Amino acid sequence: MTQTIEVAGLRKRYGDVQAVDGVTFAVEEGEFFGILGPNGAGKTTTLEIVEGLREADEGEVSVLGRSPWPRNPGLLSRVGVQLQASSFFERLTAREQLQTFGSLYGVPAAKADTMLEAVGLADKADVRVEKLSGGQAQRLSIACALVHDPELVFLDEPTAALDPQARRNLWDILREINTEGRTIVLTTHHMDEAEVLCDRVAIMDAGRVLRLGPPAVLVRGLDAPARISVASGVLGLEDARLLPGADGADDDGVSLTISTRDPSAVVAAMAGRDALDGVQIRGATLEDVFLDLTGREFRP
Amino acid sequence: MSTFASFKSLARAMFLGFSRDRGALFFTILFPLMFLAIFGGVFGHQTTSKVKVLEVGRAAVLDQAVAHDSGGLGKVMKVTRASDRAAALRKVEKGDADAVVEQRGGELVVHYSAADQVKAGTVRGLMDSLVQSANQAASGKPPAYKLATQQVEDDSLKAIQFFTPSLLGWALASAGVFGASQTLVTWRTKGILRRLQLSPAPIPTVFAARVAVSLAVALAQFALFVLVAQLPMFGLRLGHAWWMAVPMVMAGVLAFLSIGMVIGAWAKTQETAQAVTQLIVLPMAFLGGSFFPLDAAPSWMKALSYIFPLRYLNEGMLNVMGRGLGPASALPQIGVLLGVAVVGALIATRLFRWDAA
Repeated sequence: MTQTIEVAGLRKRYGDVQAVDGVTFAVEEGEFFGILGPNGAGKTTTLEIVEGLREADEGEVSVLGRSPWPRNPGLLSRVGVQLQASSFFERLTAREQLQTFGSLYGVPAAKADTMLEAVGLADKADVRVEKLSGGQAQRLSIACALVHDPELVFLDEPTAALDPQARRNLWDILREINTEGRTIVLTTHHMDEAEVLCDRVAIMDAGRVLRLGPPAVLVRGLDAPARISVASGVLGLEDARLLPGADGADDDGVSLTISTRDPSAVVAAMAGRDALDGVQIRGATLEDVFLDLTGREFRP
Repeated sequence: MSTFASFKSLARAMFLGFSRDRGALFFTILFPLMFLAIFGGVFGHQTTSKVKVLEVGRAAVLDQAVAHDSGGLGKVMKVTRASDRAAALRKVEKGDADAVVEQRGGELVVHYSAADQVKAGTVRGLMDSLVQSANQAASGKPPAYKLATQQVEDDSLKAIQFFTPSLLGWALASAGVFGASQTLVTWRTKGILRRLQLSPAPIPTVFAARVAVSLAVALAQFALFVLVAQLPMFGLRLGHAWWMAVPMVMAGVLAFLSIGMVIGAWAKTQETAQAVTQLIVLPMAFLGGSFFPLDAAPSWMKALSYIFPLRYLNEGMLNVMGRGLGPASALPQIGVLLGVAVVGALIATRLFRWDAA
């Protein structure tokens, strides 16, 4: 496998704050890689160093086999970047926006309409960016990042401030981009987003990478119990505790939640008592991984 | 990739952004033109209002002078008969009339109010000259001395000759400083600078595009100003070397852009940039001679005006457009403005930041 990005021993300090404190990871070609963590974890700084916006105090960075610092136009033309804020030129329409960004990369103006089609904004081509909804603006900014057909794409919190519908809509687009063979690096503080989209994630906190791996492996490695819940009253609390395979049970008056490491046994027993009314089974999530690693709740 | 294509497309994007900004269009184009219309209209046809004289009874000296007037007297004085002497005097007191005149035998009596010294002086002077010429006519001899008057300015140096270049200077200064500072701050806070930094386009191209758009807008302002001022109602007459105003305008735009860049590079928010821009542009417009001629200003103000780049732009444009001097008369001013542009650009480069953090 070719390494698209290699980062080793990265450090960056702002005044008294050690924003990045020895980060090491590699991203393979075609991979969908996520950098996760709460605000202030150092994800954005790490990304900025990899993109070539900042110089690292210490450490090695190689992107597509080259160093991103100092500014390297040859490298920049192979990389697409979508920034946190929707960085658009004022009072231009969606199409003009794409044409302008495209021209920076020598892309013909006609490419703009293809890109609008790809992100589902064909009918908004002549609408000014100020009039687009949050989700539409976000899709346009992704189109702007992809207009020159880059091999590597950086997305900085692409679904921040979007409603659930718009987020899901955007996930589909992101998956498609990745299926086309591009390498994607995504930062997010939505754990569910990382679980759904990423092949591998790096969980960061306080400038360090705490864990690195596929979301499923990280979650499984937790050995956290599954939680089975039904409506309160369907099953008595004592009965629930005594179910085969149940580690414990709790009833908050709304729902009865049973924690177990053997969910199939518990569900089978509950089925035998016809007590599966409104049943929900939840496995551990990346949020539990974060909780386990840092000892605190994940709060973006 | 072609740098020129990037340049063209960026310039187009910036121009569209500007031309769709109604506020900017109003303040850079329409607002200064309104000032031109008002100033040109008010001061362009400046005439002293006539002296209003009330004649009580029959004043033969006055009546004869009015009867033999060939037009000169009628232009400066309006004579009305008044039957009630007391009422007429009250009118002068209240300022509704400028003087009451009556003749008592060989004596012409003028009642005036000290409230308006200028009018009072005019009326006394007028009546004095009427009495003199009546005396002279009575003597039957031709006058030994005659008075001839001539204005020092060329007839064409009317108010519009001054206001066209100087208000244009103000318009260019505010458009240049505002344009540059707002663009820089907006681009930084919105992350466009970052985005540009992450594209392979050469950064100088981006700034060249911004400068080109400003120059184009300035030339449009110049053309519009000159065209409007040349309308018959304003009557601007351009000097023979008016074309020299074009390089003058461009040098001015560069100077003001670089001042705007300094503000834009330094200011953190759009509001700060806007406030600082106003704080610089307005005093500069007043003290740089955009709203009134510096010739008449007190000497400290004249001395102070030398620190404002706008003074040089106004002076240079006034020389070639309004005063009809030769092309070389604008060269020192162009030099000063280009110097300001270079110094400003150097400072802006030192202060420049890519992102808001």
